[in-house]
Amino acid sequence: MKLDSKIPNGPLAEKWTNHKFNVKLVNPANKRKYNIIVVGTGLAGASAAASLAELGYNVQAFCFQDSPRRAHSIAAQGGINAAKNYQNDGDSVYRLFYDTIKGGDYRSREGNVYRLAQVSVNIIDQCVAQGVPFAREYGGLLANRSFGGAQVSRTFYARGQTGQQLLLGAYSALSRQVANGKVKLYPRTEMMDVVTIDGKAKGIVTRNLITGAIESHSGDAVLLCTGGYGNVFFLSTNAMGSNVTAAWRAHKKGAYFSNPCYTQIHPTCIPVSGDHQSKLTLMSESLRNDGRVWVPKTIPTAEKLRKKEIAPKDIKDEDRDYYLETKYPSFGNLVPRDVASRNAKYVCDEGRGVNETGEAVFLDFRDAILRDGEDAVRGKYGNLFDMYEKITGENPYKTPMKIYPAVHYTMGGLWVDYNLMTNVPGLYALGEANFSDHGANRLGASALMQGLADGYFVIPYTLGDYLASHPNGKISVDHPEFKKCEDEVKAKVQQLLTINGNKTVDHFHKKLGKIMWNYCGMARNAAGLTKAKEMIKELKKEFWSDVKVLGTGEELNLSLEKAHRVADFLELGELMVVDALHREESCGGHFRDEHQTPEGEALRDDENFAYVAAWEFAGEGKEEVLNKEELVFENVKLTQRSYK
Amino acid sequence: MNLTLKVWRQKNPSDKGGFKDYTLSGISSDMSFLEMLDVLNEDLSEKGDDPVHFDHDCREGICGMCSLYINGQPHGPTQTTTCQLHMRSFKDGDTITIEPWRASSFPIIKDLVVDRSSFDRIIQSGGYVSVNTGGVPDANEIPIPKIIADEAFDSATCIGCGACVAACKNASAMLFVSAKISQLALLPQGKVEKRGRAEKMVAQMDDEGFGACTNTGACSAECPKGIDLSNIARMNREYFAASLSTEEH
Amino acid sequence: MSWVSKTLNSTLGKKLIMALTGIFLILFLVVHLAGNLQLILPDDGKSFNVYAETMASNPLIRIVSILNFGFILLHAVYAAILTRHNKKSRPIGYAVSKASENSSWSSRSMGILGTLILIFLLVHLRGFWYELKFGEVPIVTYDGVSYKDTFAIVSAAYQNIFYVIFYVVSMGVLAFHLAHGFSSAFQTLGINHKKYTPFIKKLGLAFAIIVPALFALIPIIMFIQGS
Repeated sequence: MKLDSKIPNGPLAEKWTNHKFNVKLVNPANKRKYNIIVVGTGLAGASAAASLAELGYNVQAFCFQDSPRRAHSIAAQGGINAAKNYQNDGDSVYRLFYDTIKGGDYRSREGNVYRLAQVSVNIIDQCVAQGVPFAREYGGLLANRSFGGAQVSRTFYARGQTGQQLLLGAYSALSRQVANGKVKLYPRTEMMDVVTIDGKAKGIVTRNLITGAIESHSGDAVLLCTGGYGNVFFLSTNAMGSNVTAAWRAHKKGAYFSNPCYTQIHPTCIPVSGDHQSKLTLMSESLRNDGRVWVPKTIPTAEKLRKKEIAPKDIKDEDRDYYLETKYPSFGNLVPRDVASRNAKYVCDEGRGVNETGEAVFLDFRDAILRDGEDAVRGKYGNLFDMYEKITGENPYKTPMKIYPAVHYTMGGLWVDYNLMTNVPGLYALGEANFSDHGANRLGASALMQGLADGYFVIPYTLGDYLASHPNGKISVDHPEFKKCEDEVKAKVQQLLTINGNKTVDHFHKKLGKIMWNYCGMARNAAGLTKAKEMIKELKKEFWSDVKVLGTGEELNLSLEKAHRVADFLELGELMVVDALHREESCGGHFRDEHQTPEGEALRDDENFAYVAAWEFAGEGKEEVLNKEELVFENVKLTQRSYK
Repeated sequence: MNLTLKVWRQKNPSDKGGFKDYTLSGISSDMSFLEMLDVLNEDLSEKGDDPVHFDHDCREGICGMCSLYINGQPHGPTQTTTCQLHMRSFKDGDTITIEPWRASSFPIIKDLVVDRSSFDRIIQSGGYVSVNTGGVPDANEIPIPKIIADEAFDSATCIGCGACVAACKNASAMLFVSAKISQLALLPQGKVEKRGRAEKMVAQMDDEGFGACTNTGACSAECPKGIDLSNIARMNREYFAASLSTEEH
Repeated sequence: MSWVSKTLNSTLGKKLIMALTGIFLILFLVVHLAGNLQLILPDDGKSFNVYAETMASNPLIRIVSILNFGFILLHAVYAAILTRHNKKSRPIGYAVSKASENSSWSSRSMGILGTLILIFLLVHLRGFWYELKFGEVPIVTYDGVSYKDTFAIVSAAYQNIFYVIFYVVSMGVLAFHLAHGFSSAFQTLGINHKKYTPFIKKLGLAFAIIVPALFALIPIIMFIQGS
């Protein structure tokens, strides 16, 4: 199948404006005849549901949490980018576009990214109007900061809780539409499958997580706003419930899954402290501005550290390896996320890790405290130090912090065209669930921007284009396709409950996570990926014969919920490995050991891999089929980055 | 460390429920409280017993999904969320009693899981600014004094976990409701509707059956985000002013 | 439903009634204390008796006293209504509760403290107000004008050690009730400000200690003087 990205013709800056004029409109009186299904209520889902309801559509919004306000967008800390140029420091829509394309290592679409930069300014206006309390200057105007190494200050923020404030803004807009009767909420409801009729998405089948009831919901379009799949690694900064199930089931119903191997690994997270660990906590990247990263020079010293025979302060400077400063003299500790992450992995793989598990490096503030005084350091990082102490029980003013990289964001996702529609007509994907705007690597403070851009300012236009040419016809949930789908879901529930094996769901999830982390994590190579593929296949087989899911399907059943999600992660994990294996280059969040410059930097192959890999499900047990969407760069010149 | 847990088990909303004792050994003090419960659940699952159901999601103290009344206090002995409570707050040999939030407006679904949709309905009754997407003024059109923006932010940090209700001897939701009323009443964008909002949200809060306020301050003392009691005073002001000034009968 | 009853029937409105009646009763305590302190003037009760007579005959004071009874009743009735409502909001309590970690004992015990005060009030009214109104009261004459000898009834009552103890204990109860009630009333009225609230809290505490202490001092002094 030929993938048509539907990027409008014309100059970059006019594409979106022209497109908005060219799309078909739905008559206001007719909007109320359409039912739109929105799955997920994070930034993308809540903003889409609210905006569509405001236009007059009937919306049904689903989330697995007990309230739409709890979606994991809420945990984003840093901020949201917008090309407002309030700081008069040379920012512009084009610069934000350019930074995003470059940051994505030239693996995203120019048209999409330019639109993202264009609507970014509207997002801030919208959020302020909703009562989002962004940080302000004394003069009463909005404050900005520079974030993630950007050369301009374009990041708007609400202390370290920007995601929370933005989500509560979208949630309040959504709540208003619930009160107006335009949105019906379905909390504690998990999407189990997409229903397609004549090739078009016409509804979903859900499981009520409290009663276990399998139910059908029909609609004229289905919007998946279900976030990323970082939890395939078991340990990530994602919420415990974050999962790929909705996207994956859609994939199995025909939607292509793009670039699944692009994962962003964040270098400054609190390390794993033991096997019991359930999730990883991110700490702001800003810590690297003053902290120095090091490990002991020799393995025996590291071993003594791990056994707690010596304390970090006992190690003399000449026995410390400030490896980032040595290797990258000009950028030092401020190298980009992926470089910092990869190097931490290398030193730990050598056996120089500094905590009990051997997977941690020091982030030391000793010199900053000596230079600027403890109060100055507290002023800058006080809340982060407190958070660190709360979690680890160690005082970072006295002893160096320990950090380790963790999975943070997934750039891959369902393939969508310029209208955010997947290749299945009527099925859309918004926010982190799609692949569209970040290429192979996402810039800091851009995730919130994309989620809200899709929901507030893109889908309200592009959805109408599809609906206008697809007259609404209320499809009854008694349609045989719904019944068939319900039966399949019920059968799957039954299957999971009757295996009655010996191992818990978490056992499999942890095992999968280890495989993914070791072979499809910060650095990948053909041998490891080939091995991982076999291991996952094996694990999948074991899962379906030996998993133990307790309880019944007709009640709140956490292990059953998890079993569904892990079953899908197992399948996704395999595809990620396949994708990583096929992409014989290094780019952004995908680093292949075989493809690096003599200095050990990521080496892109623009000749052969400047395309979007869109994987097509070919049937159970069959290899997925690769479809390619060539990326066309008309405005930017592809360059290689260097941090030496 | 070794622990004895007394956990509230209740199969479904109509089940009477009761405490069940469990012993755990080899718990690391680095674990979070929820990870300790994960260990319990893995044990139970391996034995073929139904795991203890509890709400949780982000595990970084911001989503507000986790709850639990631990040893007589919501979210346990430290002023944080249960997911950010670590086992180093307990001693070897401790007995830990774990109960669900108790309030008629938070009916129990199963074990320690309660239904907090009453909070959503309160927000739906008026916890928003009535603006549609698009057609809004430039973000810098209306300057807001930093001190006001910061105060609004303090109110806006509420995570909707319900600890205030759980802590209050009257199961009152005043802190939650007042935080939203305050945030929006402070900001120029929200001021436009502040009177009607206060009336509607208080009416919904009462309809949901939450208790009244005795000003004990327990809510604020237990709030993981430290939402201040002054919010409740502001809500009172807004509500009485609304009653006196709005033109509806 | 009119807007007045709608407002007053809300949980906030009911609290408003508690606060307003509470503040009135606080003011009443001051006036009452000012009168009572005359009991310990060394004039064999003359100024007290004159004061009591004035209070009883002044029509304005009569209106205020009727209001006072009304407010006490309202305060008690609304307390009962609120308590019932609050009980319904949490039908099943906690097995373990460490409320002392997050709130003061007096703030959590307003109901029981109030009930004790109500009992005290009933005894108090039976002992003095009822006696004066319906009992036989001796008459004294100052400067040719005759007065009811209220002082005689009071000092007789305060010769009973049990009565004195009851009175003193009740003032202790009142102190705890006021320790929370005073500042709480301001919070309910919406008066909470970083600058003034700490002062209101301190004032409330001082009031809660000084006023009941002075009230309690009177029977103690009179008991000692009499024996």
